[in-house]
Amino acid sequence: MIVDALKVGVVIFVAAVLQASVFSEASVLGGTPDVLLVTLVVVALVRGATTGAFAGFFGGLVIDIALLDTLGMTSLLLTLVGYWAGRYGETGPSRRRYAPYLAVGVMTVLFLVGMLALRFMLAEPAPAREVLVDTLLQSVALNLLLTWPVFAVVRRQLPRRATATFGPEVSALG
Amino acid sequence: MPRHRSARVGTLVPTGRRPVAPAGAPPKPGRLGLRRAAVVGLVVLSLALLSIYFRESSSGTLHGVQDTGASIIYPFQVAAERVAQPFEDAVGWAGDVLGAESENEKLRAEVKRLRQQLLQSQTAVLQNAELRRLLRFREGPAFPRDYNGVAARIIGRTPGQFEQQVLIAAGSNARVRVNDPVVTAAGLVGRVTRVSRRSALVTLLTDETSAVSALDLRTNAAGIVRHGVSGGEALVLERVAKEDVVKADDVVITAGWRSGPLASIYPRGIPIGVVTSVGQLDTDIYKRIEVDPFVDFSSLDSVLVLVEKPVPANRTRR
Repeated sequence: MIVDALKVGVVIFVAAVLQASVFSEASVLGGTPDVLLVTLVVVALVRGATTGAFAGFFGGLVIDIALLDTLGMTSLLLTLVGYWAGRYGETGPSRRRYAPYLAVGVMTVLFLVGMLALRFMLAEPAPAREVLVDTLLQSVALNLLLTWPVFAVVRRQLPRRATATFGPEVSALG
Repeated sequence: MPRHRSARVGTLVPTGRRPVAPAGAPPKPGRLGLRRAAVVGLVVLSLALLSIYFRESSSGTLHGVQDTGASIIYPFQVAAERVAQPFEDAVGWAGDVLGAESENEKLRAEVKRLRQQLLQSQTAVLQNAELRRLLRFREGPAFPRDYNGVAARIIGRTPGQFEQQVLIAAGSNARVRVNDPVVTAAGLVGRVTRVSRRSALVTLLTDETSAVSALDLRTNAAGIVRHGVSGGEALVLERVAKEDVVKADDVVITAGWRSGPLASIYPRGIPIGVVTSVGQLDTDIYKRIEVDPFVDFSSLDSVLVLVEKPVPANRTRR
């Protein structure tokens, strides 16, 4: 359990440092890939909502510290992203092949909209047109491109736990 | 049999199968509350951090914790940036490598190896040239006299959609302070807006919060340089009176004004850019002037932070 939590922490820390130093510089047609968000969603899908929330909080904190940004802003959003992605991971459809891509796509949009709203409320620069019109599709596409390699790496480092069992399955008669 | 709810929906009986749980097995009902409490706790903690950080001064506790944390993460950032550099450069070579199919395997490997070496050398040469340019600029006549130049590499960038900022590898340990101007040999880059012990955040001239008092070098027409309305790296020179004369190709520099105890944070004479177009409508109060910055903000690698020289005891400055 502790080893697993440490592994998750290391994976998220590495993703956050890479995001702060390398990926945030990469701009394709105005969009910026977010390897931390993709990693977080994949970790949450594999490990569930609680781990997702804690991983999101930790990853957000690292980013806010590394980029000297407002402390707690990214943590708040990534906690919610990790929790929701984890909840989706606990449902049947998350086993399907498209699940990581769907989760990453939706979470990218929600994260950017959330970040925009939060920055607007804090009276920080919030260029809605640039984020929602000019670069949204590019950002989503770049994150979707990152999903497959990140998913492969995370699944290798954090294999799905031995399948838990519920009580006997029930079916409705009559 | 009396009709009740369970009878309407049918009787539930075990089938004996034990299904496989999906990823992250759902918690038992008893643990669900605990889990929700943990998540709510994290959200509340984030909001508390946000509120306290936002209200406290830059010397507050959370800012101090952030500075310490940034110092701890700093080596990892530098390492990641350095490790990624050859890969970034190698992406440019990928097309060439793919086009060498007609060569045999041995030659391919040889070419690849030599190219990697060449890339590393080229990167070193480029960095060297950039640092030499900064050095020449620092020692040249155009460098502001009352300042020392602290050379710093760029180690991070904030996501471009929201803010135009870069993180540099020099902080309070190099006497960098908030509002110190940041330049390259080409011209003005921006100003320092946050400082930790070993790094500092620089808000670029292209950020929507930046504004610099500026002059037309040829005619002394004064105005304020801000980011352009169309985004990107274009700038505009605002608040230039209609009667002032400004033409395309005029060079725009920092004004470096002084008024009693107040003074611009930018020294006079730092090049900003060149005028690309001048417009004027009858209904406008001011001219519409677009400026192309001298600095290429998308390929910044190293910068100079202008740190004020210590003032002698018998002299006052500004």
